[in-house]
Amino acid sequence: MLTRSQLAVAMLGCALIVSALGVVYVKHESRKLFVDLQQLQTVRDDLNVEWGQLQLEQSTWATPGRIENVAVSRLGMVIPEPQAVVTVRR
Amino acid sequence: MRNREQHTGGRQIFVLGTFAFMMVALMWRAVDLQLLHKDFLQQQGDARYLRVVTVPAHRGTITDRHGEPLAVSTPVDSIWLNPQEFNATPEQWRALGRALDIPVKRLRQLVARHSNREFVYLKRRVHPELAAQVTALQLPGIALQHEFRRYYPAGEVAAHILGFTNVDDLGQEGLELAYDDWLRGEPGSKRVIKDRLGRIVEDVESIREPVHGKDLRLSIDRRLQYLAYRELKAAVKEHNARSGSVVILDVRTGEVLAMANQPAYNPNNRGSLRSDHYRNRAVTDVFEPGSTIKPFAIGVALASGKYRASTLLDTTPGYFRVGHNTIRDVRNYGVIDVTTVIQKSSNVGVSKIALSLEPENLWNMLAGVGFGAVTGIGFPGEASGVLPGYWKWHEIDQATIAFGYGLAVTPLQLARSYAVIANGGELKPLSFEYRSTPPEGMQVMSAGVARQLRSMLETVVADGGTGTRAQVPGYRIAGKTGTVRKSSANGYVDKKYTSIFAGMAPATNPRLVMVVTIDEPGGKDYYGGVVAAPVFSNVMAGALRLLNTAPDDLNDPRREILAGTATDTGEKFPRLAYTALKATP
Repeated sequence: MLTRSQLAVAMLGCALIVSALGVVYVKHESRKLFVDLQQLQTVRDDLNVEWGQLQLEQSTWATPGRIENVAVSRLGMVIPEPQAVVTVRR
Repeated sequence: MRNREQHTGGRQIFVLGTFAFMMVALMWRAVDLQLLHKDFLQQQGDARYLRVVTVPAHRGTITDRHGEPLAVSTPVDSIWLNPQEFNATPEQWRALGRALDIPVKRLRQLVARHSNREFVYLKRRVHPELAAQVTALQLPGIALQHEFRRYYPAGEVAAHILGFTNVDDLGQEGLELAYDDWLRGEPGSKRVIKDRLGRIVEDVESIREPVHGKDLRLSIDRRLQYLAYRELKAAVKEHNARSGSVVILDVRTGEVLAMANQPAYNPNNRGSLRSDHYRNRAVTDVFEPGSTIKPFAIGVALASGKYRASTLLDTTPGYFRVGHNTIRDVRNYGVIDVTTVIQKSSNVGVSKIALSLEPENLWNMLAGVGFGAVTGIGFPGEASGVLPGYWKWHEIDQATIAFGYGLAVTPLQLARSYAVIANGGELKPLSFEYRSTPPEGMQVMSAGVARQLRSMLETVVADGGTGTRAQVPGYRIAGKTGTVRKSSANGYVDKKYTSIFAGMAPATNPRLVMVVTIDEPGGKDYYGGVVAAPVFSNVMAGALRLLNTAPDDLNDPRREILAGTATDTGEKFPRLAYTALKATP
């Protein structure tokens, strides 16, 4: 019935359709992944923002001047007098 | 009948022919659009909805040696407006003006003035909350742009070292400028599909990934930096001085542990910034080092073999003529040994010694410890100082250079030269970057000379010396005071001085070198031993404790005298170390 060349053309035609569908699928898949990536990057950026702000907050709380003030006024700490320091020699 | 058939056949042909023609026309149009004009049309289509947007990259964080942040970039939003699309009711105008804190009248002017533009900044670098508030108004034509703003949590304390960035996050001053290439991020870009209102509907592809800036770990220790800043500020205020600088170096590695200047500025709020406030004086300003140079002249004398620490010199009658010039001491010290020349800071003694030495040797020593050349630390605007060549010296130059006039140095250079004495004669390259291992140094003075100089410098701080107020309880201190008459275009100025103290601790095995300079103290005190030495003592006491340095002088019965120099200067925070010590009987 079908000659050899007709068969080849039919098969190539099928292959063409399959590959065309493949392109559609892959393109769709890549867009989906790209959207995911963007979302994850947004999450990452938000976390970075928070990390930066927490760092700033932490270092503001940990200003040497503030620590000193708290140590002296609230906790009543003093620096030991030299006479009160015991040096352990090995 | 036949006639009708013929008639029908004609119609059929006409209709089919018309359809065929229309089909050919459509096909031709399709070919025309799809093949012949494809590029042009595709381009036009893309231009209507595809946009390339930049993805900002953040600048690297600067931390101190322990990883504490000193400069951090955090994302902020800039609010911009497209006047072409902007449209608001009077009520919305008012709401916008309230949110942005801009009068509605000015907003209207802004929009009117740029009515033919498509992009106008309303407010740059606002808080995320404010940005959210403005977006909540849902006005057409208003959008946000992500940017970064640099914050300096240490504020004024480390302002001069760090410098600052401009509105586009590029380094303008200080280390922000010096390390700009390292810190700077490279913004990326991506292609997106935008709708008519400019909202991003879909990300198509990423063209270039943003490259974030690299972090920078400095050699600075935030705690020492704060201590230096606080004590310097108190001293400058107390003595009503024009300016001042403190530099602390790690002797073993050549790292700069702290560098503070006065006057200072707050890098987070530079609205009223005056240019003379942001100069890092410790690196950019030079002064005549005065008596602090004497140890190096004595070092040359010891190395020459002509002198030993105990060699006697006659300094009577307390002045000494060189050509037409007279060199004077504060008083007549009589016959003294070389150690006492340093201890009492005798100009006559050191001049006599210098004149008996080869000028070339003296020059080699001063150039060897780094005077007259930039330190190579890579700070923008660093001054090289001045050290005239020995081939140009007259006899009087040789004498005055030995006690620190006729050359100019920066506080950083002076600190480095004292680090040579502290480090057994080895000159280490300086660094603002953290170093995990000590770098290779260069031997510029013999270790024996350095050791002898250290013990001479200890006598300066010991009772009877000029620098007793630099003492630190529990530690042996070696250092030298300097009080320099300031020069101007018309020669030396009366009653304008620079007070200097340069020293190291613990003297038995020095760990830290510190230089304190206070420029033009306005009060009645101007001696380096009175104005600068207490700053040294206060900062060094705190620094040695913070660095867990073992005391090397626990049995000194005199140690309780020292704390009396600390005075209450009305500082915001109590100066605990020294008030506690003051109570010592």
